[in-house]
Amino acid sequence: MYYSLILLPLVGALAAWFIPSNRHRPLVLPLFAALHLSLTIDLLVATPPPSPGGWLVLDPIGKLFLGVETVLFFTCAVYAVGYLSHRQERSNKVLCMGLLVCLSAMSLVTVAHHLGLLWVALEATTLTMAPLIYFNRNARSLEATWKYMLICSVGIALALLGLFFLAYSTVVAQKEATLLLEPLIASARQLSPAWLNAAFIFLLVGFGTKMGLAPLHTWKPDAYGEAPGLVGALLAGGLVNCAFLAIIRVYQICMKATETAFYHNAMIVMGLVSMAFAAVFVVRQADFKRMLAYSSVEHVGILAIALGIGGDALFGALFHVINNGLTKGVLFLTSGNIHRSYGSKNCEQVKGALHRVPWSGALFLAGFIAITGSPPFSPFLSEFTIVSSIFGQRQALVGTLFLIFLAIIFLGMASSVLPVVMGKMTPAVVRTSYRDSFLTVGPPLFLMAVILVLGLWLPAPLKTLLQQSAQLLEVRP
Amino acid sequence: MDIFADQLLVFVMLINFVVLGSSRMTMAIRAVAVQGVVLGLLPGIIHHFSWHLVAITVGIILAKGVIIPWLLFRAMDRIQIKREVEPFIGYVSTLIIGAVTTALAFVFAAKLPLAPEHQGLLFVPASIATMMTGFLTLTTRRKAISQVIGYLILENGIFIFGLLLTTAMPVMVEAGALLDLLVGIFVMGIVINHISNEFSSIDTSRLTALKE
Amino acid sequence: MTDILIHALLVILMPPLLLGVIGKTKAAFAGRVGPSYFQHYYDLAKLIRKGTVISDTTTWIFTAGPVITLAATLVAALLLPLGNHAAPIAFAGDMVLFAYLFALGRFFTTLAALDTGSSFEGMGAAREATFACLAEPALFFALITLSRMSGTLSLSPMMTNLSVSLWFSSGAALLLLIGGLFIVLLAENCRIPFDDPTTHLELTMVHEVMVLDHSGPAFAYILYGAAMKLFVMGAFFINIALPLKSGNAMLDWGIFILLMLGLAVAIGVVESIMARLRLVRIPQMLVAACILSGFSMLLILR
Repeated sequence: MYYSLILLPLVGALAAWFIPSNRHRPLVLPLFAALHLSLTIDLLVATPPPSPGGWLVLDPIGKLFLGVETVLFFTCAVYAVGYLSHRQERSNKVLCMGLLVCLSAMSLVTVAHHLGLLWVALEATTLTMAPLIYFNRNARSLEATWKYMLICSVGIALALLGLFFLAYSTVVAQKEATLLLEPLIASARQLSPAWLNAAFIFLLVGFGTKMGLAPLHTWKPDAYGEAPGLVGALLAGGLVNCAFLAIIRVYQICMKATETAFYHNAMIVMGLVSMAFAAVFVVRQADFKRMLAYSSVEHVGILAIALGIGGDALFGALFHVINNGLTKGVLFLTSGNIHRSYGSKNCEQVKGALHRVPWSGALFLAGFIAITGSPPFSPFLSEFTIVSSIFGQRQALVGTLFLIFLAIIFLGMASSVLPVVMGKMTPAVVRTSYRDSFLTVGPPLFLMAVILVLGLWLPAPLKTLLQQSAQLLEVRP
Repeated sequence: MDIFADQLLVFVMLINFVVLGSSRMTMAIRAVAVQGVVLGLLPGIIHHFSWHLVAITVGIILAKGVIIPWLLFRAMDRIQIKREVEPFIGYVSTLIIGAVTTALAFVFAAKLPLAPEHQGLLFVPASIATMMTGFLTLTTRRKAISQVIGYLILENGIFIFGLLLTTAMPVMVEAGALLDLLVGIFVMGIVINHISNEFSSIDTSRLTALKE
Repeated sequence: MTDILIHALLVILMPPLLLGVIGKTKAAFAGRVGPSYFQHYYDLAKLIRKGTVISDTTTWIFTAGPVITLAATLVAALLLPLGNHAAPIAFAGDMVLFAYLFALGRFFTTLAALDTGSSFEGMGAAREATFACLAEPALFFALITLSRMSGTLSLSPMMTNLSVSLWFSSGAALLLLIGGLFIVLLAENCRIPFDDPTTHLELTMVHEVMVLDHSGPAFAYILYGAAMKLFVMGAFFINIALPLKSGNAMLDWGIFILLMLGLAVAIGVVESIMARLRLVRIPQMLVAACILSGFSMLLILR
């Protein structure tokens, strides 16, 4: 079962390779995404036993991430058909193959319980995304690709060193060196604390680079700004979650160690720094895609803080993984539509999207309201859980800073988003041939609906899943 | 056998200095290739014989000693660049910084709480020194290819540390990591090629369009 | 007593022969017959018989320079054990004196060059001083390493402590050490690839340009002193690189002489197959030598 989950998208990539027609090739994407989705639902309902050796296990946390990822990928795949019909001028072979290979690697990340395997899969997602960022083939996207490649490769290499340190902490503890999650968690108390701390730092820095935690986020605005909207959606909603999952695995081990204050503090500090960076750069941001990138930096900061706080915030963090991933999907897909329609992503030129592309404009506005944590959308619930947990644990300083940054980011994003959506159209900007169609608006609309429903009503199975996952993360003395 | 491994590690550290001090790109690429081959030989020296080991040795030597240098040379041929490295700071200063970081690596390694059987071996200082060399190359060189070389050296340094862990990295994972590295360099080679077409240079200090 | 006598005889008589062997090797590489092995003895004899012209603008330093340099090198030669035999003079800390005797000689050569007031010689002096600054740390790192290995501060026990078995236990450190020392040996003795002793282009010369104004016996002292410096540093290098011991005193002397001639051939080969480095690259090579011997020190101190 696990193997089919990983091999299925690879078969799809192979199929994309053999289809000669540029027009028909994108249809492979929704087909295999739908197969992957149904396979995932099957797995979620009837969880298979761990693979021999315990390398591949689908635990509640993995289920959660796998679910978010496959839903997001499916909507992006449907969107891709509509998007690529507007981009017939260039070959989409690499894009289609890259997306499917990336799906395979992302699925592997969610089920891998051998940290080395997880690392390999995460590195694979980094590599497959590089050609996709370069889809537009101009100097700016090239620069973004180079920065993304180099910074993420170095970051992920540091994470490998962190993994080695982790394995070495077992050697120092006179145990057999291993990188399997379960034995590491079981023996976490006996591991050498010095090496475990070093491992944690390198893993946080390494996976944090991939996730976009400040100050290692520098590739993020460039890559998100230059990549096509649907690649941006997968970067912000899929890859960020994969990197976060890697950090969660490390967190699971570290929380079982004897002394955990250091890990909590490190994550809270990294998270606050990320939110501060986002707050500074999101204000007066002239490029709305880059603005979304900084919003992503903000949200990974929120996730890191939530992990650092622990307790009820863990439930909030895991819920926020769903909300952030899906809302980012809405924002990037609709911003891609607006970009297509105006031929620009500069806030000076793009004004009044509500008139020109009413559906995309309205969805973009709704996405903005959701991502900044306003009710009735679900990000409000998860952020509220996190904030109340922060204050509940008497971390008043962290809580106050958290709220101040949220407010600044709300105002900063509003001052860019509102003119883009509702401002007066500048006649000088020519209208491209792009019109909203069912295939380019339907997917973000679907995601938006999911977020709204989750904000009003949390289904019981999902709630149980979230609670089970949060329990895995909790510190039990 | 550990004595012999130590001598090879000294050789690896010397290659770091060759890379830092060489002004020719070809020289630096060859040096990294030799370093890769030496690293490929190391597991065979410190572990007992097994077919897995043979596979890993052959894989590493092929990847780091043959394929990656070939990719880099090909990238260099295609883009017809000047063969000089063009560092941000002079060769002698880089060499001296490299020497200082190597010395610090030894001091630092002596303070680490290593397992008793690894104390006094060169693996940890060599690993730290090689990683620092990688970082130094990454940050002080302008050209995209030199930065790739720096990344490779960084990766080599991490690999040396990995040699201390026999059982943690199974062959499957090791092979996956190697494959990732290969594909990574391949993609970087392609990107370099595009950079040179687009900017008529691979000087990364020209990549400044995207900023706040 | 016989050992001291042989020591003194070798120090006095052998140096010009080394130059002859280097010359023959280079000639063989170039396909020529080349000058005789003893050519440098004839040259020295000829120069001694000639008169001297001394510029009016110079002071006593100009005449004292060659003599002091030669004397300093001679004393250094007495401090260094040759082959497997203790040196005639040995005391704790003589390794520092050994290093600074060379510095003293260099100091006076440089001063004598500056004393002439010629711009060429000033340029040579500046280069010599720069390179010496870079070569000296390498020599000292090497001395510290050896002193740490043997646990003494005196050259004689330091050198006799070295043996083939030491090469097996700390081969890496010794390999780095002789790598660094070989560079220093070539640089300090103005051999290719650092300096060409036979060139006639003043702009590119380092050592030869400093002694342009000397003539007659004074120039003979300089040439003889240079040859002796090569001999002493070569012996230092051979002691470390090939510490062969037979146990028989006379056989040890024989081995030593053969090894010295072998070293001369090796230098000749290096000079034949390498081009001279550009002047800007020389400091880089010397820094590399420093790094090599510093690195070796690190390995031993660890």
